[in-house]
Amino acid sequence: MTVSQADFAGALLDATHPPPQGLRDGQGRPTGRRFDVYRNNVAVSLTEALLIGFPVTTRLLGEANMRGLAGIFLRRCPPSSPLMMFYGDGFPAFLGEMEQLSHLGYLPDVARLELAIRRAYHAADAAPIDPAALAPAAPAALLEARMRFAPAMRLVRSAWPIFDIWRFNMEPDAPKPRAIAQDVLVTRPEFDPAPAPLPSGGADWIAALQAGATIAEALETTRSAAPGFDPTETLTLLIRGGAITALT
Amino acid sequence: MSNTAKTLAVAGAFAAAVAATSAATANAGGKEKCYGVALAGQNDCAAGPGTTCAGTSKVDYQGNAWKLVDAGTCETMELPAMADGTPRKGSLKPLKRDLPS
Amino acid sequence: MNHATTPEAALPKAAGVGYKPQHYAQIISDSGTVRWLEIHAENYMGDGGRPIAQLRHLSERFAISVHGIGLSIGGEGPLDQDHLARLKHLLDWLQPASFSEHLAWSTHGAQFLNDLLPLPYTNATLTRVADHIDQLQDTLSRQMLLENPSIYLAFAESTWSEPDFLREIARRTGCGLLLDVNNVFVSATNLGFSPTGYIDAFPLEAVGEIHLGGHDEQTDDHGAPLLIDNHGREVADPVWALLDDTLSRTGPLPILIEWDNDVPEWPLLEAEAARATAALAACRERTAA
Repeated sequence: MTVSQADFAGALLDATHPPPQGLRDGQGRPTGRRFDVYRNNVAVSLTEALLIGFPVTTRLLGEANMRGLAGIFLRRCPPSSPLMMFYGDGFPAFLGEMEQLSHLGYLPDVARLELAIRRAYHAADAAPIDPAALAPAAPAALLEARMRFAPAMRLVRSAWPIFDIWRFNMEPDAPKPRAIAQDVLVTRPEFDPAPAPLPSGGADWIAALQAGATIAEALETTRSAAPGFDPTETLTLLIRGGAITALT
Repeated sequence: MSNTAKTLAVAGAFAAAVAATSAATANAGGKEKCYGVALAGQNDCAAGPGTTCAGTSKVDYQGNAWKLVDAGTCETMELPAMADGTPRKGSLKPLKRDLPS
Repeated sequence: MNHATTPEAALPKAAGVGYKPQHYAQIISDSGTVRWLEIHAENYMGDGGRPIAQLRHLSERFAISVHGIGLSIGGEGPLDQDHLARLKHLLDWLQPASFSEHLAWSTHGAQFLNDLLPLPYTNATLTRVADHIDQLQDTLSRQMLLENPSIYLAFAESTWSEPDFLREIARRTGCGLLLDVNNVFVSATNLGFSPTGYIDAFPLEAVGEIHLGGHDEQTDDHGAPLLIDNHGREVADPVWALLDDTLSRTGPLPILIEWDNDVPEWPLLEAEAARATAALAACRERTAA
């Protein structure tokens, strides 16, 4: 009898499903727990992938909770590509839908930050602009200029102190999280992603610039929501992170 | 704000930002650092999972039921007191942004 | 066989190791007897960053073998064209000494199952695998090596032995073979056949590379040994013996040490490579005598 790969795959992800007929051990007997070797390989490898990909989420939840959640997620959302480095795109939303986690409102955003860091790590290289080219030779022209950003740059916006929570769980002796909302800028100077909290309005300004606005237009947009926004701190983070690749 | 004042403010912001970063750029370190492995844990975390062509001898294939048990730093992380003054553990409330109506 | 290049010419007939980023600094400063490195193709399909920079740098000093994990050559469905394009891009810029993949499947429909799953050996699966390899070698404009799997169970429907199946695939497609000696030992123990008998029947003339790795020991429902190919420890002594037996028939070949789980510090991995180097030296001495 023929064992289809659909039967095989279905039984892999559902331990209550008997192994397909037509599989044997070396003596022609049914396979029994030999089939479980493949079940283990799939479930354990995908669970480990999620633990490695979401280290802060794992610390926040504790490993036992994370493994339990991973077991559910990997069956609901198995990878759609062999690029394991990107597995878990749907994990933040999944966490947000879990009723038992509803009291941990910040978890999905922390997981989003971890995804952004991972994406930044593998993003294309781009030479940052020479900071000297940003020193305003012609201040008026600067207002009409547009910025191009490195592919590694990411914005993660949140109503939670996600940078503080991330740092508290990643860096020794980091201060305790404060009760503030934090938008986080992820840059990648050289090869290591660097998350940094943005000042109020900073994410609006960068988002407007990303959408193609001039520096003046982006300031206008930002100040309509955050009056008095001063771009100095945000610019410093962008330059330090090598995130600006060109002024056009 | 007049156009001239705006121009000067933006020019000032750029000048200040460039000045603030020049020292950091100069201290970026040698080239080999680019290829080195960062602090244990941090670099691997950023890279995320890799592939393997090996199997596992661990046993963990049943799981489809899960119940939250107390564990992890979300239970012990001392999150700050909320606006109403109650200290909470692991149950930080979202904060309203200062958005104009 | 219509080999574009002989597989033996592609990699040095010396010891190599599966590359792990945590060993980068040691490999660059002193790689011991390790002469070449194998990487998993999928880990270098990002757009840039440290993995690609490290690989570029390593490829200036070491012969590189690219080992694919995710093409699902044994899959019922067609090859994933997006994945094939990513692979072609990697091989085009890297120009590695060798490319290899597995006699296995891992993708079903839209799901990637992240394991090397077994297939029955029938005329139908033989045709399918050969078609996929033809397509791969045409797209990549290079010969590939196909690796024998570790298996934990058999298919009642199989009509070919694994060595005969691989021989026929190599004959039809002109691909070379990657002989994983640990996989032979694991499969032979799990299914109760003779590992030396398997090597006797194997088309050794097509082998371009050898893999070695560690395995774990468990038992099945009847108390029979069930070995797990976990690449999580030193290569077992009977596998080293099987390597010597194989080399005495093939002569020197590139030999890779795979250690993917519980990856050790560099000195322990290098010691395994040194043992492979010694096995190659002994093989050369026997041939000269």
